[in-house]
Amino acid sequence: MNIIPEITRQSITNLINNNERADGRAVDEYRDIVIETNLVSKAEGSARVKLGNTQIIVGAKPQIGEPFPDTPNVGVLMTNSEMLPIADPKFEPGPPSESSVELARVVDRCVRESEMVDLEKLCIEEGKKVWMIFIDLHIIDYDGNLFDAAMFAVMAALMNTKLPIAEYKNDEIIIDEDATMDLPLKDKATMSTFVKIGDKMILDPSLDEESILDARLSIGITESGNICAMQKGGDGPLSKEDILSAVKTTYSKKDELLKYLK
Amino acid sequence: MIFIITNDIVSNKEREDGRKLDEIRPLKIEAGILKRADGSAYLEVGGNKILAAVYGPRESYIRRLLRPDTGVIRCRYNMAPFSVDDRKRPGPDRRSIEISKITAEAIRPSLLLERFPRSMVDIFIEIIEAEGGTRCAGITAASVALADAGIPMKDMVVGCAAGKVDGEIVLDLSEKEDKEGQADVPVAIMPRTGEITLLQSDGNLTEDEFDKALCLAIEGCKQISEVQKEALKNRYEA
Repeated sequence: MNIIPEITRQSITNLINNNERADGRAVDEYRDIVIETNLVSKAEGSARVKLGNTQIIVGAKPQIGEPFPDTPNVGVLMTNSEMLPIADPKFEPGPPSESSVELARVVDRCVRESEMVDLEKLCIEEGKKVWMIFIDLHIIDYDGNLFDAAMFAVMAALMNTKLPIAEYKNDEIIIDEDATMDLPLKDKATMSTFVKIGDKMILDPSLDEESILDARLSIGITESGNICAMQKGGDGPLSKEDILSAVKTTYSKKDELLKYLK
Repeated sequence: MIFIITNDIVSNKEREDGRKLDEIRPLKIEAGILKRADGSAYLEVGGNKILAAVYGPRESYIRRLLRPDTGVIRCRYNMAPFSVDDRKRPGPDRRSIEISKITAEAIRPSLLLERFPRSMVDIFIEIIEAEGGTRCAGITAASVALADAGIPMKDMVVGCAAGKVDGEIVLDLSEKEDKEGQADVPVAIMPRTGEITLLQSDGNLTEDEFDKALCLAIEGCKQISEVQKEALKNRYEA
């Protein structure tokens, strides 16, 4: 975690107590969001998201594999995240850190539980071959709130993912690379992350704000209006009111966020 | 865009992608694109997309690397799982470990790290998309990132490969040419003095062909070097 001087901590806290923030935003205001898609032509789906100065690149790559024995007729989704050492002086190369695993799992949960990807349509031959979609999150610049940026990036990448047409004939897979189909999507999802500083819940925390948080709460919500994932982090507690107000803000921000995912 | 410096090393034949034999791919370098890193650069050449970032000089927190008389550099070359046709498993493999090592060695001679005893400079090269010649492009990008970080240096190291495709010596191989070609000679130089800091050769070449390839690669390096300088100027002139 970032070491923040006591004086910065106090100034951030004081501002927030007055419903102000160091960068001039309102407590429920996002930083600028920029989404760029199809930037990696070797990936079947890709996106780069900038949320303020936080930057994430996501690539989606389908591979043909065998389904899990208990779900022979559905495809497989895998999400993986790398907090690259270029993104922060404290990030180290090597096996994923706890926070990297958490990020990947929360995003994965949001994608999975929203049932946005029609996994049954990813089945090529029941019990034998299915599409496996690998989603790789590349964190390249860390300036706070990776969760929301990651969810944006994953969503944008999946919406632009093209699958080759695969057929199963006589124990063989025939892939038509030229005829592609869109990844079958049934829904969309966004995520909103709050941190509790003092007694306020702040949306889209910057790095400095994240460094002094008491608690963090990420809420994933679908376009259809279901809460599909939630994750609390940080060492401090949240009150029921905190959580309910965050949920309310998440609902009120949903349409604004979905506009970026057209 | 890069203009072609015609010379008489090679003939006027055209390549599969329409380039002349001594023509490099379209190249773009941007310095200072990441907020957190001390220095950073983004480079595109052909289909390659590469990010480089530098942290340091900072106190060496790895005891065994610490040198009381000078600073040290560490380099990590890493490919995104989605940077290639078949998803690459995340994490280092033997190839990226080797490239990391030779990249650090290619860049080290240019840096005046004696001024920073007990410190460490970290260079990270992230391949977002790979299309042939990533190691040279990585070195080129890393040097721009080092300059952007303000690390004292004698020169900006620049890399470019030459090779042999269909019996002809060509400059800056694309992925396809690299796969189908007979040889690949990545080279990095310090353009001010012309000293060579990286040299590999993979494939079959006669003595003449090697000589030709080396000269061609050095010419390529010099062209790319101009783009590196432009990138830095664009970053700091505005």
